[in-house]
Amino acid sequence: MKRILFLIGLVTLWEMVYRLGIWPPFMFPSPLDVVDTLIRGFTTGNYTIALLYSFRRLIIGYVIAVVLGTVLGIIIVSSKTVDETFGTLILSLQSVPSVVWLPLALLWFRMGETSIIFVVVIGGLWNMIMSTATGIRNVDPLLIRCGKNLGYKGYKMFTKITLPASIPHIITGMRMAWAFCWRALMAAEIIGTGHGLGQILMWGRDMGNMATVLAIMFIIAITGFITDNLVFKKIENKVFERWGLSPS
Amino acid sequence: MIEIKNLNKAYGNLEVFKAIDLSIKEGEFVSIIGPSGCGKSTLINIVAGLDSSTGGKVMIEENEVKGTNTDRVMVFQSAALFPWLNVQDNVAFGLKNICKSPQEIKEKVNDILKKVHLYKFKDKYPHQLSGGMKQRVSIARSIVMDPKILLMDEPFSALDEQTRMLLHNELQEIWMETKKTILFVTHNIREAVKLSDRVIIMGARPGGIIDDVKIQVSHPRKSTDSNLFYKEEMVFKKLKGEIEKIAREELGDAYNFEENTVSDRIGNTMGDGI
Repeated sequence: MKRILFLIGLVTLWEMVYRLGIWPPFMFPSPLDVVDTLIRGFTTGNYTIALLYSFRRLIIGYVIAVVLGTVLGIIIVSSKTVDETFGTLILSLQSVPSVVWLPLALLWFRMGETSIIFVVVIGGLWNMIMSTATGIRNVDPLLIRCGKNLGYKGYKMFTKITLPASIPHIITGMRMAWAFCWRALMAAEIIGTGHGLGQILMWGRDMGNMATVLAIMFIIAITGFITDNLVFKKIENKVFERWGLSPS
Repeated sequence: MIEIKNLNKAYGNLEVFKAIDLSIKEGEFVSIIGPSGCGKSTLINIVAGLDSSTGGKVMIEENEVKGTNTDRVMVFQSAALFPWLNVQDNVAFGLKNICKSPQEIKEKVNDILKKVHLYKFKDKYPHQLSGGMKQRVSIARSIVMDPKILLMDEPFSALDEQTRMLLHNELQEIWMETKKTILFVTHNIREAVKLSDRVIIMGARPGGIIDDVKIQVSHPRKSTDSNLFYKEEMVFKKLKGEIEKIAREELGDAYNFEENTVSDRIGNTMGDGI
């Protein structure tokens, strides 16, 4: 209820500023213009197609990031040398925004899908590696002792105890990786080419149509919010409850 | 069955215990009691193969202990259940290592769950269980593997008095039925005396065995049995040098340390008949 009132207040304020006419309408569109653009975008199918294109890239990149990240995370914890070398490198790479990789990607993979997907993978990868590694390191030693005691060791111990025990961390990593991939995708699409949401946003800018820009921003925000809160947060809460942890 | 010969354990310069000699017969229920820091938990961990000694050896039926083995299984102080598995899968977890037939696993698991009165809860997950239920699952998970020796490291110390009483009776029943050799570490005198055939008393650092008290009272026992009171008093007197330390640090019971006071005891048996 509070949130709805807040939203209504925000839109009213927006409309009022628009009516004051400080900026011309193409620079500062009214809420109605944006809604109108959104409806038109979806009825003509342009936005739907763009959304599908973006999601295709996102999902391909995300799946690669999660699988690769988990595997690399496991490798990092299994060897001290790898951890001290590669692990440190990852920590420093984590602070590089993934879109910075785009020029390199464009050079390696040319303009097109692959380079954008590459940036998306990079966006989620580091975080996924670190989450997996942290998860495995933080497994309750008692569970490991208990496993030994029940006759588990080596590979079986890892797959039956260590890995399931680190799932809460891995799920959190997956949620964060999704958010990072989503941001990386938008950044890459704005600079790169194709038919995604980012490109439409850039067209809007080039044509001086701020209603389009705002409409796309709205779509990006809503999509991010829905996937994070309604999909990932729910899965995470369920896992945390099952594992007997308090939800974060 | 279990032969502990001249066992030593030290962490660097800090000696935990030294020259422990102990012999446990098959089917015996032996408790180890002592103040915190006497190394009783370390001792049972060495017998389990989860910890290593710095001298001496532990023999199980002529074989020296090297690492863990499913012929002796430990029940930990906290239940240490796997949160991602439901009750029956937790119980089957270790069994799957030594038994391949799914049908047989299922039968054994169901049997043991009935025995510990958890059959209705077999599809529940650990976070849905109470502390006592978790510890029952933990005990079931160990017993279902049919080990020769059951090792228990303060299994009931995290539970409330009523639940503990119930589990004492259940453990007693299980022991009478299966006749397993049980090595039981506790800091609760009453628990040790009520359950075991022998109570081994250990002293503080450097730890060592002070005494070995035989409890010749027939099973099943009731904690209201006067022989048990007498034995409790005996163990209590022998531990007296160390007792104040335990009292302050560990004992969950509202024990009265003045000698020969009976009044408090009546209050303490509450819950036994439930």
